Amino acid sequence: MSSIIRGRVWKYGDNINTDIISPGQYMSLPAEKQAEHAMEAIDPSFSEKVRPGDIIVAGKNFGSGSSRETAQMVLKHLKVGAVAASSFARIFFRNSINVGLPVVEIADTSLIHEGDEIEINLIEGTVWNHTRKEEYRGTKLPEHLVDMVKLGGLEPYLAKKLGISKSQEEVK
Amino acid sequence: MGMTMSEKILARSSGQGEVKAGDIVWVKPDIAMMHDLLGPWLVDPGFRRLGGRLYDRDKVVVVSDHCTPPATVQQADILKFTRDWAREHELPYYYEFEGPCHQVIVEHGHVRPGRLILGTDSHTCMAGGMGAFATGIGSTEMIGVLLTGETWLKVPETIKVVWDGELRPGVFSKDMVLKTIKDIGHAGATYQAIEFSGSAIRSLSMDDRLVLSNMAVEAGAKTGLIESDEEVVRFLRSKGVTDEIELLSSDEDAVFAKTLYYNASELEPQIACPHEVDNVHPVQAVEGTPVDQVYLGSCTNGRLSDLRTAAQILKGRKISKHIRCLVVPASQYVWMQANKEGILDILAEAGCVVNMPSCGACGGFTSGVIGAGEVVMSSSNRNFRGRMGSAQGEVYLGSPAAVAATAIEGKIADPRKYMELEVH
Repeated sequence: MSSIIRGRVWKYGDNINTDIISPGQYMSLPAEKQAEHAMEAIDPSFSEKVRPGDIIVAGKNFGSGSSRETAQMVLKHLKVGAVAASSFARIFFRNSINVGLPVVEIADTSLIHEGDEIEINLIEGTVWNHTRKEEYRGTKLPEHLVDMVKLGGLEPYLAKKLGISKSQEEVK
Repeated sequence: MGMTMSEKILARSSGQGEVKAGDIVWVKPDIAMMHDLLGPWLVDPGFRRLGGRLYDRDKVVVVSDHCTPPATVQQADILKFTRDWAREHELPYYYEFEGPCHQVIVEHGHVRPGRLILGTDSHTCMAGGMGAFATGIGSTEMIGVLLTGETWLKVPETIKVVWDGELRPGVFSKDMVLKTIKDIGHAGATYQAIEFSGSAIRSLSMDDRLVLSNMAVEAGAKTGLIESDEEVVRFLRSKGVTDEIELLSSDEDAVFAKTLYYNASELEPQIACPHEVDNVHPVQAVEGTPVDQVYLGSCTNGRLSDLRTAAQILKGRKISKHIRCLVVPASQYVWMQANKEGILDILAEAGCVVNMPSCGACGGFTSGVIGAGEVVMSSSNRNFRGRMGSAQGEVYLGSPAAVAATAIEGKIADPRKYMELEVH
C-alpha cells in the first residue's frame, strides 16, 4: 500500500456510523451486493457516483458503533482511496489499519470541501489540498503501526512475522 | 503508583508488573470470541492463507446468534459454514440457537474477573460487568489472535462513573447508563475505559450490572468495567463454576482521567431518541409518541430480571391493539427460567409474541425488522438510522419497564405509573 494517496473528495458530517456505512440487513450478502447499499441511509447514490481512488472526508466520530469489518470491506470494494475525518471511532480506526484501508485524522476537516482534490501522507498524517493550495497537519501515525501500514495491513504483517512469504502475493 | 482495573488486567496479560495508561502492550487474550456474522466465514480465507492452525483452541469460543434462525438462504449458508468450521477445528466451545454471544459466554462461565476477552462484536465490552477487560475487535485482527494467541493493545485511561444513592421504583440500570452516555457523549470516551462504581452499582444484580458494561461502547469506550464482588461469585457459582475466583478492583490511588458523580435517587426514566444513543431525554419529553412495535430483548436488556419487570407491569393487562410487542429472551436459559416462573404466559396473555433467543431485530437481521415510517420502542442498545431495518424507521431506547408501559399504551409511556399500581 502506498502511503501517499491522492483523490477527489466526498464530504460528510459527524457520526457516520457503521450501520450507515454497512447496514446490518445486507451483511449476509456477497461483498458486491453489500457495497451497493454503502452509505445509502444518508446518500442513496453513493455507490453509483463514487469512483476508484475517491476520498471520503467526514467530521467527528467516523465509524462509530459495530466492530463489523464489512464497513471497510464495502469501502474497499468501491475502491475508496482513503478516509479522512476529524476523529474516528476506535474499532473502526484499528480495523482500517488492519485491512489496509488508509485513514488519517485531521482535527478540522471543515476546510475541505466536496469535489476538492487532496493528497494524504499517511505516515506523516498530513493532507495537501491541491484545489485550495492548503496543508492540514493531522495526527502522525503511531510508530508501532508504521510497518503494518507500509506492508498493507495486518495479514501481510503477520505473514512476515510468521515467515510465510506466499500469502503476501495473494493479499493484494 | 496504583493501577486501575484495566491496567491490572493488561499488566498481567502482557506479563509485566506494572503498566500505565498510554502504554502499548502485547497481550494474550484468555478468550477469543467470534459470532457467525463476523466470525469464521470472514476470518477463514486469511486464516488459511497464513497456515490455518489455531494457537490454542481451548481459548476460542464461537456463538452463532446473528443468523439464528436463518431468515434467508445466505444466512443459512453462513450458519452452516460456522458450524462446519467449529467441527473442522474441533472447537470445544461452539454454541448456536442459544442467544446473543455476550449473554452466552457469561452464562457458560467463560467470563471471569481479571480475564482478557476479545470478540468480533462491539458489545463484547459487556463482559466487563463481571470484572473482565473485554473489547471488540475486527475479523482480520481475530486472524492474528487465532494464529498467534496475542495482539497489541493500548492501555486506556479510565473515566470513573460513580453512582451513589438508591434507584426509585420505575428507574433501572438502563436509565443510569443512558444518562451517563448523554453526559459523556456519543464519542466522549473514545480510546478510554469506563469504570462504574458507587453504592447504587454495588446494589445491582449481575443481570442489571451487565446493562451498564454492555452500553459502554455507546459512549465510544473501549470497555466498561465494574469492580467484582460477592455478587460475581454468587452468579458464577449459580452457573456451576467451582474454581477459585479472584476478585478485582482498582487501587485506591489509581489515576483516573476524570470522575463523574451521580445520585441515583434523583434519576428519572430516560429515553434515547433517534438517531443517536446520546440523544437522551427524560421520558416526559417524549411521552405520548406513537409507536408501531415494541421490542423487549437483546444482550442489553433481555435477561430474566428484565422479563420479570415487564411481566410485573403487563400482568393482567393487554398491550395496545395498534402495536405488536416482540419478546426475545437473551438466552435459552432465560427462556426456560422465564417459562418456569410463568413469565412467558403472562407476557403472551398480555398479547406479546415470544420469539427465540437471538440477536434478531436489534441489528436488523431477522425476526421483526421494521419498514419505512415505522417507530420502535426497544430495550436494546443502538438506535442508529437503519439499525433495525428501514433507514426511514425510527428507534427509541429505554428500560424494559418503559418498553412494557409503552406496549400497554401504544405510545411512549412513563413506567412509574405502572410500578406504583403494581398488582399484588
